[in-house]
Amino acid sequence: MRARVLIRPKQGILDPQGQAVEQALPALGFQGVHNVHVGRLIELDVEDPAQIPEMCERLLANPLIEDYEVVEAP
Amino acid sequence: MRFGVVRFPGSCDEVDALLACRRFGDADLLWHKDRDLDGVDAVVVPGGFSYGDYLRAGAIARFSPLMETVIEFAREGGPVLGICNGFQVLCEAGLLPGALLPNRSLRFVCRQVDVVVENPDTPFTRACARDQVLSVPVKHTTGRYYAPGVPEEQVVLRYAPGHNPNGAQDDIAGVCNAAGNVLGLMPHPEHAVDPLTGSADGGRLFESLARPEAAGSAGRAGFGIAPVA
Repeated sequence: MRARVLIRPKQGILDPQGQAVEQALPALGFQGVHNVHVGRLIELDVEDPAQIPEMCERLLANPLIEDYEVVEAP
Repeated sequence: MRFGVVRFPGSCDEVDALLACRRFGDADLLWHKDRDLDGVDAVVVPGGFSYGDYLRAGAIARFSPLMETVIEFAREGGPVLGICNGFQVLCEAGLLPGALLPNRSLRFVCRQVDVVVENPDTPFTRACARDQVLSVPVKHTTGRYYAPGVPEEQVVLRYAPGHNPNGAQDDIAGVCNAAGNVLGLMPHPEHAVDPLTGSADGGRLFESLARPEAAGSAGRAGFGIAPVA
């Protein structure tokens, strides 16, 4: 399986990167953009997708500060 | 007292840490691929960019062969000091509570800051007095400490009012584990051991580890007094 792990800052944690992007968009004329958060994307081929949550908990994400979501890559 | 200073690929403060340790005891470098601590009495995990800070600062270093041994050493009560990137590694290893987030400013900060000794009853601060102010440099991009619910007695060092360089929760600059034998801090005591570079205050942490009898010696070990090698 080709998987995508989407990692984003946990809700409630100050995300200055997201804020900076949110403030930059109106400067380019894009209005009505809210709640911008910047995370990261990890793509991987895995033989046993059942292992992905443990990979996320132990290495790919830091569960104290980040949420993750696993989706199948098209 | 013999210190072991860990060297990862990407470490950059290990030599300053080694020289700081040698002012107060013996010290040798430990290579990240080894599993043997070579009988050292205390471990220093230094600053830098271990494994390129890939993924998250400290996330990959935490799984190096040597760190597995350091984690065992810490769980058995051995003193472990993590500075800057070393602090990040110890948090990722689960030896310290919390995590380090990007600075609120999103900028690299490099400046001298004042930190207040909140808890002098640790192996790392026993040469200090409670509320003693130490002048030490910080230099980091990922130093915003975040640890919801961290017990107050584990807060060892706090940035003096107005000196918080990164937006750290409750101005926390250094924190220890519940047992008190693991300390992590963002400021760099190893860069402040000689008056030549502006302050020798950082030496108090290494002195505390090396000389248990130094307890309560804060009066004679003040700012600007070079420690005896």
